[in-house]
Amino acid sequence: MPEAAGGGEALLRVKDLHAFYGESHILHGSEFEIDAGEVVTLLGRNGAGKTTTLKSIMGMVEQRQGSITLDGTELIRLSPDRIARRGIAYCPEERGIFASLDVEENLMLPPTVQSGGMSVQEIFQLFPNLKERLRSSGTQLSGGEQQMLAIGRILRTGAKLLLLDEPTEGLAPVIVQQIGEVIRKLKAKGFTILLVEQNFHFASTLADRHYVVEHGRVVDEIPNERLQENMGKLHEYLGV
Amino acid sequence: MTELLGVPAPVLFGQLLLGLINGSFYALLSLGLAVIFGMLNVINFAHGALYMTGAFVAWFLLNYLGIGYWPALILAPLVVGAFGIVLEKTMLSRLYKLDHLYGLLLTFGLALIIEGLFRNAYGVSGQPYPIPSALQGGQNLGFMFLPTYRGWVVVASIIVCFGTWFLVERTRFGAYLRAAVENQELVRAFGINVPLLMTLAYGFAVALAGFAGVLAAPIYQVNPLMGQDLIIVVFAIVVIGGLGSILGSIVTGLGIGVVEGLTKTFYPEASATVVFLIMAIVLALRPHGLFGRPRA
Repeated sequence: MPEAAGGGEALLRVKDLHAFYGESHILHGSEFEIDAGEVVTLLGRNGAGKTTTLKSIMGMVEQRQGSITLDGTELIRLSPDRIARRGIAYCPEERGIFASLDVEENLMLPPTVQSGGMSVQEIFQLFPNLKERLRSSGTQLSGGEQQMLAIGRILRTGAKLLLLDEPTEGLAPVIVQQIGEVIRKLKAKGFTILLVEQNFHFASTLADRHYVVEHGRVVDEIPNERLQENMGKLHEYLGV
Repeated sequence: MTELLGVPAPVLFGQLLLGLINGSFYALLSLGLAVIFGMLNVINFAHGALYMTGAFVAWFLLNYLGIGYWPALILAPLVVGAFGIVLEKTMLSRLYKLDHLYGLLLTFGLALIIEGLFRNAYGVSGQPYPIPSALQGGQNLGFMFLPTYRGWVVVASIIVCFGTWFLVERTRFGAYLRAAVENQELVRAFGINVPLLMTLAYGFAVALAGFAGVLAAPIYQVNPLMGQDLIIVVFAIVVIGGLGSILGSIVTGLGIGVVEGLTKTFYPEASATVVFLIMAIVLALRPHGLFGRPRA
């Protein structure tokens, strides 16, 4: 298992990341790394700064400082559309399905940013439900279907790094399993995934490593195979 | 002479036609306002002035360069659209993060400046613009006389309105626009250059106003105040139709024109106020407008 320290091979490297919304200082020098092909989770309590970390990587916060590099290229001064074009795709916690677009338009909305994205047929194989609902308005879908659409549409673009913000939130256990299965398949296809999760039982079935976020910085790193021995510590971090 | 509902038929149909023509202008202008408000969150008070500018550009082209109506129908909207793009890039784009009121004040000020400049240079008496030779004369339809140019105005604006509807509702570019109206931040995070999209949307919407101005030039004469006269009614129409739907703007624009025409026939005293009466009723019963959706 790769340790986060050193090495020139990390796909995404975040160093001393600070983020601000107006007067509020949300991230306080967060540091972590993800290697190509890894599934890494950010665990932490509500308000710890997990979502803000994802949004900062995408450039979606008012102000950010520090360093975020993708394959060695600095992203900190780029606008969100430029960052997306470098090959990062973001799936927001609220899913962001557009009500005035039908399912097909939602699916086709994100432009291709790199070659090698999945075809629509491959996406339908992952999410067969979507195929039958193409003409429905995006918000007529069930919560689970909306989540599948939200993940499905960013797979077409060719982005290699996926930022998924709580993809299982509020979904029935059977759908959570289905999403877990999809994330495993995506890892097998070579996607790199940074996952924000409240549900670390779910996270432990998928992830290679876990970062614990507290008060706007990464405070601990736990390889997945050492999750059991760290349970006590983790319960303390998460307050469960 | 045949009568319909106690009114001579030619009078009734004449007013209906006039209503449709006014409605065509309402539709073209309210469509643009709806696009601008949806994308930019700006209430574009300069829309009437840009419509007037479109008419003047056509007049300049004819009088200074000898370029006639048909090229002007393309060139004037391009000029107005380019001017709009400059306004958006240099001024409007700085106001998006502020309250609606700032965009409204800026565009209101721009409207006063633009209208003032034209008024200073050309007075308010109006410059004549000839009907192109291919569209002169008219047809006797039996129940009424249809001037060819007026028929053309209705047809041309309906074609452009539905072209716009198609662009917004049926194309990839339109899907970007609709998605950006809902959630600009996310659309941008998908790799779409939203600021550019906003500039293009503004340029396109004011180009529609410029197009309407060229269509209007042979009917109303080219007058610095022609936009001012129209824009208040158009805002009422936007309120009635609601901001959620392109088709809604088109239908409401044409519909209100016809209602105005009918009011002129049956109760002329109310013809100038009927729009606002309808607006008040719609606001009371459906605050989001006939076709609008509540904004999240």
